Amino acid sequence: MKLVINGEEVKSKGGLSVSELLVEQEVKMPEMVSVEINGRILRRPEFDTTVLNEGDKVEFLYFMGGGSGAE
Amino acid sequence: MALSEQQIERYSRHIILKEIGGAGQEKLLASKVLIVGAGGLGAPAALYLAAAGIGTLGIIDDDKVDLTNLQRQVIHFTPDVGVPKTESAKAKIETMNPDVTVKTYSLRATAANISEIIREYDFVIDGTDNFSSKFLINDACYFEKIPFSHAGILRFFGQLITVIPDASACYRCVFHSPPPAGVVPSCSQAGVLGVLAGVIGSLQATEAIKYILGVGDLLTDTLLTYDALTMEFRSVKLNRNSRCALCGDKPTITELKDAEQAVCDLKGSPND
Repeated sequence: MKLVINGEEVKSKGGLSVSELLVEQEVKMPEMVSVEINGRILRRPEFDTTVLNEGDKVEFLYFMGGGSGAE
Repeated sequence: MALSEQQIERYSRHIILKEIGGAGQEKLLASKVLIVGAGGLGAPAALYLAAAGIGTLGIIDDDKVDLTNLQRQVIHFTPDVGVPKTESAKAKIETMNPDVTVKTYSLRATAANISEIIREYDFVIDGTDNFSSKFLINDACYFEKIPFSHAGILRFFGQLITVIPDASACYRCVFHSPPPAGVVPSCSQAGVLGVLAGVIGSLQATEAIKYILGVGDLLTDTLLTYDALTMEFRSVKLNRNSRCALCGDKPTITELKDAEQAVCDLKGSPND
């Protein structure tokens, strides 16, 4: 089935949970990702219980530090 | 406060803009912006805000200029290595624009000291490099009801969001809490394209100026992401999270606390 992930149409196996989608889409550091589906931010425990549907708009949002640059 | 003839000349390219004019420039000169972190993001933000005639710029930083900073922290020069970043930044700003009063805070922002500082300002720019500071700024600005611009940069990627407390999604609405310790390598390992800090820090300054002037649309409820490799900007629409631990319907964070963790970025790129 088709999903829109970060604005791009992506094929997915279908019927996956968000946790499974993160694996399928080869997101390397899932603990660094916040997930929004159709405008709603998920809590982390919901990654296992939320199943994706055809046409869902998914945003993987990444933690980014950087800035003042103290090493 | 009336503009002097010199000020009319200095800010003429602003004043000619109908969205700014003399009245808008006077607003900028009467405004106060706090920059937390005089580094990659804070440096360009401070320079452009100073040039724009923001009347008071506060700068918090407890660090000294290091040779590795100079690749991107454009407010610091080679002779500044070893000098406190607040001092180095203040000297440049005062040379550039004597209209600006610079207040320096050579300290690390903590739950114990940040609130009394930020409540003196109209807008805050988060230019910090670590998640504990980013959450601290978010929470402090929420409790003090001060709008702020959050940003992060990494490798070739950057993002920013503007938060108006109680009116738009906060950093915790999206990112909940700092990432788990141990999964994140240090800034120096991950690397960052220097000019990326200029792009994102300048966008933060743009948001501060627009907020003060009351013009245009702010990046509220919107995470703007930028990929320097593909030159793509994306606006990701966000909503306030009614379950947010800070600004949701049933908040569990009711007072300011220091977060335990202080790592700064992730190794894998967002597109990996």
